[in-house]
Amino acid sequence: MSDVITVRAHQFDDLEQQHEASWIGMWIFLATEVMFFGGMFTGYAFYRAAYPQAFAAASNRLDVWLGAINTAVLISSSFTMALAVHGAETGRRKALIRFLLLTIVLGAVFLGIKFFEYHSKFEEHLVPGHSFQFEGLLARPAEIFFSFYFAMTGMHALHMVIGIGLLAVMVVKARRGRFSTGYFTPVELTGLYWHFVDIVWIFLFPLLYLVGRHL
Amino acid sequence: MKNGAHISVRAYAAVFAALLALTALTTGVAFVDLGGGLNNVAALAIAVVKAVLVILYFMHVRTSDRFTWIVVGAGFFWLLILVGGVMDDLLTRNWPGR
Repeated sequence: MSDVITVRAHQFDDLEQQHEASWIGMWIFLATEVMFFGGMFTGYAFYRAAYPQAFAAASNRLDVWLGAINTAVLISSSFTMALAVHGAETGRRKALIRFLLLTIVLGAVFLGIKFFEYHSKFEEHLVPGHSFQFEGLLARPAEIFFSFYFAMTGMHALHMVIGIGLLAVMVVKARRGRFSTGYFTPVELTGLYWHFVDIVWIFLFPLLYLVGRHL
Repeated sequence: MKNGAHISVRAYAAVFAALLALTALTTGVAFVDLGGGLNNVAALAIAVVKAVLVILYFMHVRTSDRFTWIVVGAGFFWLLILVGGVMDDLLTRNWPGR
C-alpha cells in the first residue's frame, strides 16, 4: 500500500478528502464548460428563432445519417470510458488499458467522420466567407447557421482532441502502474470530461442535424 | 458514501442500450411531421433524457452526495438563466424575421 500513501498531497488529511476536493473541483470546472458552450447554444437559439426557415433550409444540407452514426460512435466511446473507470475501480489493469485504448479509437473514428463532413462542406461552398454559396433569398441567415455549425462542432472537436490527449496520458500512467483500487482519480476525472463532451454532442446532434426536417 | 462510487457493468450496459435506442428514436421522429413545433419539443426532450442518463450513471452522480448534486444543478441553473434571459427578450419584441 506504500504507493497509495505517496499520492496524497500534504495539504489533505487523508485520501478520501483529497478525492472529494478533486471530484468537486472537476464538477465546478464542468459547470464553467456548460456556460462556455451555453453561450454558443444561446446564440444559436436566438438566431434560429429569428430565422426559422433559413435555419431549416441550411440544416437540411447536413447529412443526418453521418450525424446519427457519429452520435452512436460517441455514445459507444462513453460506454467504453465507463468500463475503463470500472476496470480501474476493480483493479483490473489490463481491462483499464484496453478500454482506454478502445475509447481513443472510437474518439478518432468520430473525428474522422467529422473531418469527412467538413471536407464535403468545403466542396459544397457551405463554409461562411467569400466562397459561401446558398440558393435563394435566405443565403445570409443560412450563412449564420453555418457559422454556428462550424463554431460549435469545431469547439466540440477541439474538446475531443484534448480528451484523446488526456486518455493517452492515462494509458501511459496505467502502464507504469500509477493507479490502484485506492487511487485512480485521474482516470475518473478524465472520464467525467469525456462524458461531458459526449453530452454536448447529444444536444448538438438534434439541434444542428434534425430540427430542420420539420419546423 | 464515497463520491463516484461503484455502478455495475449491467447498469452501464442498460444505459448504453437506452442511449442507442433514444438516438434511433430521435432520428426517426425527426422525419415525422408532428406539427405545432412539437418536433422541437420531442428532439430536446429526448436529448435531455439522454443527458440525464449519462450524468446519473456514466458520471456516477446517482451514487454521489448532495454537494455534488448542488454543483451539477447550479451549472444547469445558470444555463437556464442565460438562455431564458436572452430568449424572453427575443420572444417579446419585434426582432427581424419574426
